[in-house]
Amino acid sequence: MRRKATKLELWCVTIAAFVMIVLLPALNATTEGSFLHVSNFTINLYGKYLCYGLLAISVDLLWGYTGLLSLGQALFFTLGGYMMGMHLMRMIGDLGQYHKPIPDFLVFLGWSTLPAFWKPFSNFPFAFLMAMLLPGTLALVFGFLAFRSRIRGVYFSILTQALTYAAMLLFFRNSLLMGGNNGFTDFKFIFGYDLREAGTQRGLYMVTAITVLIVFLGCRWLSRTKFGLVQQAIRDSENRVLFSGYAAGYYKLFVFVLAALIGSIGGMLFVPQVGIINPSEMGPDKSLEAVVWVAVGGRGTLLGPILGAFGVNAFKSWATRAYPDLWQILLGALFVLVTLFMPKGLVGLPEQLRGLKKRYDLRRKKMTNEAATAISPAVGELGSETRGRDAPATIAEIE
Amino acid sequence: MSTPLPKFVLMLEEVNKTFDGFKAISNLTLYMDEGELRTIIGPNGAGKSTMLDLITGRTKPDTGKIEFGRDTDLTRLNEYQINRLGIGRKFQTPSVYIDHTVFENIWLSLKGSRAVWTTIFARLSSDERDRIHEVLNTVGLSEKAGWKAGALSHGQKQWLEIGMLLAQDPKLLLVDEPAAGMTDEETHKTGELLLSLEGKHSIVVIEHDMTFVRQIARKVTVLHQGTVLCEGTVDEVQNDERVIEVYLGRKKKAA
Repeated sequence: MRRKATKLELWCVTIAAFVMIVLLPALNATTEGSFLHVSNFTINLYGKYLCYGLLAISVDLLWGYTGLLSLGQALFFTLGGYMMGMHLMRMIGDLGQYHKPIPDFLVFLGWSTLPAFWKPFSNFPFAFLMAMLLPGTLALVFGFLAFRSRIRGVYFSILTQALTYAAMLLFFRNSLLMGGNNGFTDFKFIFGYDLREAGTQRGLYMVTAITVLIVFLGCRWLSRTKFGLVQQAIRDSENRVLFSGYAAGYYKLFVFVLAALIGSIGGMLFVPQVGIINPSEMGPDKSLEAVVWVAVGGRGTLLGPILGAFGVNAFKSWATRAYPDLWQILLGALFVLVTLFMPKGLVGLPEQLRGLKKRYDLRRKKMTNEAATAISPAVGELGSETRGRDAPATIAEIE
Repeated sequence: MSTPLPKFVLMLEEVNKTFDGFKAISNLTLYMDEGELRTIIGPNGAGKSTMLDLITGRTKPDTGKIEFGRDTDLTRLNEYQINRLGIGRKFQTPSVYIDHTVFENIWLSLKGSRAVWTTIFARLSSDERDRIHEVLNTVGLSEKAGWKAGALSHGQKQWLEIGMLLAQDPKLLLVDEPAAGMTDEETHKTGELLLSLEGKHSIVVIEHDMTFVRQIARKVTVLHQGTVLCEGTVDEVQNDERVIEVYLGRKKKAA
C-alpha cells in the first residue's frame, strides 16, 4: 500500500530465497564434476556472506532506520560467535592435540580440569541462551546508559567503537580463559555431525539462508508497524518525537537490543562455517566494514544490507587476491564514491537514475519556458511576494 | 469561551535561566488563562524560544516556578512527560517526519498510548482514521494525505505540524513563529486557523511579523532581555514608549 514497488520486491525476495535456500544446496548435492555442480567452496563462501548479511541488517536497523550509527556491531556478532565457539570446543572431546577432555588452550595454560563457567556449554540450548543473554544484556545496559544521557550522533558512534575495542583487548587476555589471541579453532563436530563433511556444511548453509529470510521478513514486518514508523521518525526528527510524547530513548533501546541479538545470531552461524573465532573479529575495522556494506547496499532498506554484504565481500575476495596491498584503499575509495554519488546505494540506484532523468527533463522544460518568459519580463515579478528567510521549494525538494 | 471560573492554565513565576553567564531569562513572570490566545513578541534574543524550552522541559530553570493547570510542577518533568500532560509545541523550523506520508505523520501524533509494546501491535482503527481526516481537514491538507511530508511546500509543512499538535488534542499549544517563510496569503490562512482554535485550546503564539500579530492578537506580551516589558492589546503595546524604543522603533529603522 505504501510503496508501489512492494509487489516487485516480494517477487525478487521469493526468487532469491528459492535460489539461495533450495537451488544452490541442491546443485551442491549433485555429483562433483557435473556441469551443474556448485562447489563446497562456493557454498561455504556464500554461507559466510549470509552471516555478514545478518551483521549488516543489525547495523542498518540502527543506522538506516533509527539514525544511530553504531561502529561496534561486530562486537555482538563476535560474542555470539564465541558462545557458539565454546559449545563447539566442548564437542571436540578428547580429540584435540593433547588428547585431554578439555580444550587444548586450557591444557597449554596449565589447566587440568574444566573451569566452572565452561561446563554448561556442553549443552547447546545453554550456549544458545547465553548467545542471546550476553549480547542482549550488554546492549541493554550500555544502551540504557547511553540513551538516558541522550548520547547521540558522533558521540554514540565513538562510544560504540570504544566498547568493541575494549572488549577486543579483554578477549586478547589469556586470563579470560577464552583462548586469548588465538581464539577458538579446530572444531570437529556439531550436533554429532562432522564439520568437515560437505553435507554438514550444506546443512549449516541452509540454516543460515533460512535464518536470513526469517530475519528479513521479521524486520520488514516491524518496519511497517507503528513502532517502525516511530523508529524512522526518530531518525528524521527526534525532537518532534520527544515533543509528541514518545520516550524516544526506550524505542532506541529496543532497537539496539534487537540489533545486538540479530548480530549475535549471525556470529553463531558464522563460527561453524568459518571454523575459527578470535578477538580480531572485534576490531574496530570489522564494524567499519559492516557500515560500508550497508552504505553500498543501501541503508534504510532491508535488501540493501544483504546485497551490500554479498557484493562488498565478493569484491573483497577478488581484490585481496588481485591487489592484496591495495585492498584497504579500494574499500575506502568505494565508501567515498558511494557516499558521494550513490547515497541510496545499490538498491536505490534504479530510483536515482529515474530521478536524474526526471530532473534532466524538467531542466529542459524549464529552459524552453525561460526562453518564453524572456519575451514577457513582467512574469518575473511573481516570486517576490514570497517573504521570509526560507527559500521556496526547489526542484530537488519536490523530488 | 465560557469558562465559569477562569483559572490559570500556565504560570511562570520569577523564572531565571543563565547560559554560560548570559542571562537568557530573568525574573520572568507570566500567567495565562484557560482558553486564552496569547501572542508573545520581542526582538531577537529576548528569550522567547528559551521560554518555550523551559515550559516544555527541554531546559530546566535555575530558579523559579513553572506550573501547568492547578499545581503540576513542570520543572521536574522531561519533554515527553510534559507533552503527555497536554502541552504541544510547534517548532520554529517545521519539524515533520519527511519520509512518512502526511497521513502517517498525523497518525503518530494522535492521542493514545506511546509505549513501545503497544506501538508494535497497534493497528489503525476506523475511529483513528476518521480523526486523522478530521485533523487534515482542519489544516487543509486532506488532498495531500498520501504525500510524503518531505514533498510538501514550506507553508504546508508548517500546517502539517500544527495538525500534528491538534491530533494530540493538547490543552496548551505553544506555537513558535508559525508564519515564518509563508506567503501573505498563507500567513493569513494560518492566522484564521489559530483564531478558530481559540477557546478550545489555550494557545501561545510567538511571532515577529506585526501584520500577523495584528490579525490574531488579543493580549500581547512583549519580552525584552528575558523579562516581560509590558502586556496589553496590540495598540497599547505599540504605543508604549519602552516598546517603541527597544523593539518597534528599531524594527522600523531596520525596515
